[in-house]
Amino acid sequence: MTLPNEPLLVVRGLNIEFGPPERPVRAVADADLTLAPGEILGIAGESGSGKTTLCSAIMRTLPRSARVSGRVEFAGKELLSLSEREMARLRGRDLSMVLQNPMTSLDPLYTIGNQLEEVLRERRRGGAEVRPGGAVEVLRRVHLTAPELRVRQYPHQLSGGMRQRVLVGMATAAAPRLLIADEPTTALDASIQDEILILFRELRDTAGSAVVIVTHDLSAIRRLSDRVIIMYAGRIVEEGPTAEVFRAPRHPYTRALLGSLPRIEDEEVVLQPIPGQVPDLARLPPGCAFAARCPVALDACRTERPQESTVGERHRVFCWQAAAGGAA
Amino acid sequence: MSATAEERPAGAGGLLGARLWRSGAGRPPLLATAICLLMVVAALGGGAIAPYVPDEADFTAILVPPAWAEGGSLAHLLGTDQLGRDMLSRLIAGARISLLTAGAAVLAGGTIGVTLGLAAGYLGGVVEAVIMRIVDAFLALPFILMALAFVAALGTGVGNIILVMVLTNWARYARLVRSEVVSIKKRDFVLLARVAGLRPRQIALRHILPNALTSILVLAVLDVGRAIILESSLSFLGVGIQPPDVSWGLALAEGRTYMTVAWWLTVWPGLAIVLAVMSFNALGDWMKAGFDPRGRL
Repeated sequence: MTLPNEPLLVVRGLNIEFGPPERPVRAVADADLTLAPGEILGIAGESGSGKTTLCSAIMRTLPRSARVSGRVEFAGKELLSLSEREMARLRGRDLSMVLQNPMTSLDPLYTIGNQLEEVLRERRRGGAEVRPGGAVEVLRRVHLTAPELRVRQYPHQLSGGMRQRVLVGMATAAAPRLLIADEPTTALDASIQDEILILFRELRDTAGSAVVIVTHDLSAIRRLSDRVIIMYAGRIVEEGPTAEVFRAPRHPYTRALLGSLPRIEDEEVVLQPIPGQVPDLARLPPGCAFAARCPVALDACRTERPQESTVGERHRVFCWQAAAGGAA
Repeated sequence: MSATAEERPAGAGGLLGARLWRSGAGRPPLLATAICLLMVVAALGGGAIAPYVPDEADFTAILVPPAWAEGGSLAHLLGTDQLGRDMLSRLIAGARISLLTAGAAVLAGGTIGVTLGLAAGYLGGVVEAVIMRIVDAFLALPFILMALAFVAALGTGVGNIILVMVLTNWARYARLVRSEVVSIKKRDFVLLARVAGLRPRQIALRHILPNALTSILVLAVLDVGRAIILESSLSFLGVGIQPPDVSWGLALAEGRTYMTVAWWLTVWPGLAIVLAVMSFNALGDWMKAGFDPRGRL
């Protein structure tokens, strides 16, 4: 077992590139992150900011065409250098994932029970500590109604929310040490998003799993996570304790992101979009990628990439303004 | 329990039959299905339902016309050939040979092609490149020419005919399965199976192959028709089934000499070939409309 205070997941200098080497598209650049056992980490950012690519790199499910460098250490093991066989042994057991789209993530040819049993069988075969009970028990743990009936049904007979519960149940059948949830609620109705999110907190509380939740839904992160990472154009721009980042965001992008959440003022919904566009990952400016859209950009922002500066306990930001104390 | 009872019909959603029924392919082609079934019954029943032994000569009843024609007799419904052998019995025996060779060729060629196609599509890389170039080479040759060449090299006989048919048909399965696997591989449930920690072999056999099965089935049914033509052609050319075995193609070749005096010697086997091939094709097309509405096959 990992000692307390010893991180469960350490990512150092992770770079992920696609496309021709002469003109690479850097989906993730110089990513560093640390996750403690039992911690819930939220990763937020717009589409194309590299959130999903980062998770795929940890799970080692990137397409073969991706060029990955850096280190990903999980419980002391360097994942990037493991063989596919060793990786398969970790997946599902210690390292699990909930996918983005519950509608298409189950095999249409098998019943729910069949698919759950298959995963459970694989867990037991690998000598994993399986939480007690069979498929029905798995479904009961994720509060699916009438689990005895569901195990006999096919995926097309279940709603999206029900299927997402099945997927969460499947991912957590062996009480993984790390669960990665990639936009777990994006495809669901707003009314059931919360119910799914609660499952992740339950998993942490009952099984002690660490959870990485990737989403562009900031309110979900605010309610659920201990720590938050904000990504922009493939780079981490700010990281810190959730409460602090939401109370006092230091990066102009984080502030813009929080400002773009719909608010209700005087009975009117106020929408405040971020002006400009996400830059092309193949043609990033030499300085800060956000400079072109930043309301407080300095000259240095356009020419030089911002360095990490610590602005509080475990709160770091990549911004010249914040470093100078100007935007604080 | 009432809820369970209600769910059950829809619960069959994963089964081939139910999916085909719901598929919107329309009514199944009844006549074609009936002919295919009749052929299967004839092949399985063989001697039990044939009125005579198919290669038993009866020199007292040579070239007897069909029962309804002038000079015909009820003893030989479809008439007899130049050696007095009963045409109906010979057609039934021919059905057995046709289905046996076609079935064996489809099964064996399908198995080889599906295995190689699955390996190529799933593993990719060098394995895929090598397998698919061989497939391209096999598909580039006209199949009847290739078959003639193989027969010339291997010799005739039922076993060799099946072998030749396998050599000419496996590549089509490999190509179909590879393309299916490449597209199924990208679907979310395969990614889920990976992140759930299933081993590659399990993913390939339990999740990818079953999802490609409907397309394989359609190709197999269409291929039965094609195989019947190939066997008949080879037998007609004299390099396929050899007497005393009976084949429709062989019967056609033997009857050619008597075409002007005894039309039934060529019409019945010819009709049998045409009906059988058309029926299997119609059945396959109907399945294709249900399973493969985008027409990728």
